[in-house]
Amino acid sequence: MSLYFTKEHEWLRVEGGVATVGITDYAQAQLGDVVFAEVPAAGTVLAKGKEAAVVESVKAASDVYSPVSGTVTEANAALEGDPALVNTAPETEGWFFKLTLSDPSELDGLMDEAGYKSFVATL
Amino acid sequence: MSMNTVGRVTRLSGAPATELPGGITFTGNRALMLEEPLIFERGAVDRCGVDLPEVPAVASRLGTLGRTAPIDLPGLSEPEAVRHYTRLSRQNYAIDLGIFPLGSCTMKHNPRLNEKMARLPGFADIHPLQPQSSVQGALQLIDVLATWLMRLTGMPAVAMSPKAGAHGELCGMLAIRAALEARGDARKVVLVPESAHGTNPATAAFCGYAVENIPANARGRVDVDALKARLGPDVAAVMITNPNTCGLFEPDMVEICAAVHAAGGFVYCDGANFNAIVGRVRPGDLGIDAMHINLHKTFSTPHGGGGPGSGPVVLSEALAPFAPLPFVRKSKDGFELVEEELAGPNSQSFGRMVAFHGQMGMFTRALAYMMSHGADGLRQVAEDAVLNANYILASLKDIYTAPFAASGPCMHEALFSDDFLHDTGLTTLDLAKAMIDEGFHPMTMYFPLVVHGAMLVEPTETESKASLDQLIGAMRSVAERMLESPDDFRTSPHLAPRRRLDETAAARKPVLGYKPPLSDAA
Repeated sequence: MSLYFTKEHEWLRVEGGVATVGITDYAQAQLGDVVFAEVPAAGTVLAKGKEAAVVESVKAASDVYSPVSGTVTEANAALEGDPALVNTAPETEGWFFKLTLSDPSELDGLMDEAGYKSFVATL
Repeated sequence: MSMNTVGRVTRLSGAPATELPGGITFTGNRALMLEEPLIFERGAVDRCGVDLPEVPAVASRLGTLGRTAPIDLPGLSEPEAVRHYTRLSRQNYAIDLGIFPLGSCTMKHNPRLNEKMARLPGFADIHPLQPQSSVQGALQLIDVLATWLMRLTGMPAVAMSPKAGAHGELCGMLAIRAALEARGDARKVVLVPESAHGTNPATAAFCGYAVENIPANARGRVDVDALKARLGPDVAAVMITNPNTCGLFEPDMVEICAAVHAAGGFVYCDGANFNAIVGRVRPGDLGIDAMHINLHKTFSTPHGGGGPGSGPVVLSEALAPFAPLPFVRKSKDGFELVEEELAGPNSQSFGRMVAFHGQMGMFTRALAYMMSHGADGLRQVAEDAVLNANYILASLKDIYTAPFAASGPCMHEALFSDDFLHDTGLTTLDLAKAMIDEGFHPMTMYFPLVVHGAMLVEPTETESKASLDQLIGAMRSVAERMLESPDDFRTSPHLAPRRRLDETAAARKPVLGYKPPLSDAA
């Protein structure tokens, strides 16, 4: 199992050939209270860096980008009824979607946890 | 503690007014600051403000569909109803009460002369279906206003029917799509810079285009190189807001338009901020193809809840044939409202956007505003609006973080960020709430998105120096006190009729209708 991060504040946990994607604790703190999350349906084909989901807080609506290319296998249905999960458990129960990796080499361009921490420290 | 008939506490929901020797008042009122319950609590379903005749017995044709439960409308006498809404109106904020510094939306004084003109029976009491021969004056007014708009923008055509800004965007983008389709060109992408209005990408997506962002540069303007690099045979249009949402003029418009045209695309300009350049810059000279003009912003017609919008769209030579129906045309017998055009230059119209032709009341107000200002007056509108915004920027940039102040003067709005509050744990939201206690409508917050914790202030030309000094004084004082004793501001506002509302709960669990208290329902 490996954990990756993007500069757009998504995290990605890879287990086998399947990656789980969500937004980081830093991102949820910046967004403020999340009131709505729109996640992609299973079967959606996502391209690396393109809009994959939408998260709306009391401040603003923001896009969530897919850190890698692949096909969605599952969306987190719990977010529909309880978008607050993104605030309370951003890196666990508040995940957005799972996808199969179409190009595992795309992982090479992502940050690890230490790299992301030092990136956030510069903001 | 005083209660109303349904057990709701009628005092102000804030902390008790401890400065009063006797604590809180019996009524919950604070002198002229009057508490007011909901209309359902004021009235009663078994009362009625007027005597209505008995309903004659008629056979129901609804069968089982007829309503059996009472409709539960609250009954109030006329003075009760008048007082209810008057009391609520006193808890509201309006341009008639003070400066409305919402950036990104020009909120200026609505001159009373406009209102007088709009109420002339020949404009106010006409019906859209009456014979055209009987509304020649109204049609002429639309034609004169159209001429002014074309003159001010340096554009050869204008579509008057769109009902507001975003509707105008839709009109412009539909014209662009029609022009592309007419030449058999199926371009699929619309480029939208980060500094554009939020409605722009929504409009492009609604028209079926894929939207791609173009980043802003460090000076808050469109990154021209990034834009040029993305242009190609798949790009239908670029949508640019100028002046942009950072309150900055896009200086490279001529170069951008030339590059987009060379690549076979069109340029849509969001004209929401036209107030900053009216009389000074003609968008047609910059090379744009379509731009909407918010009459309810630049030309002072009532805005928001105060009145309907109106968003005429000026069009270039290339787009003019695709303008929507209906439109006013001058003919030898006077003016005609063209509802259908099967042949001739307008036969390529993309169709109709509205049932009737635009907002007559707004047309009248906008033309009254233009004619009372004259060409020199409209130029001074832009100059004073920009001067006022720069006065605010210059007066506050030593304490507020002003991200783009180093790149020169702003246009019609001053942009700040909450970086200066970083160590206090306070944010733009807390500052906006504190401004409510100061008796101001807060500025736009958290927009544009390119700036962290944005605060966007647009004073408009309406405000005098004394009025600006009041706002600046309040913003400065609030900022100083927030830095000094941050904890005092985490629960602002403290003096408003309602304390800080739970916006999260309101968004997550909205209650959109009146629910009687549980004790009644049981």
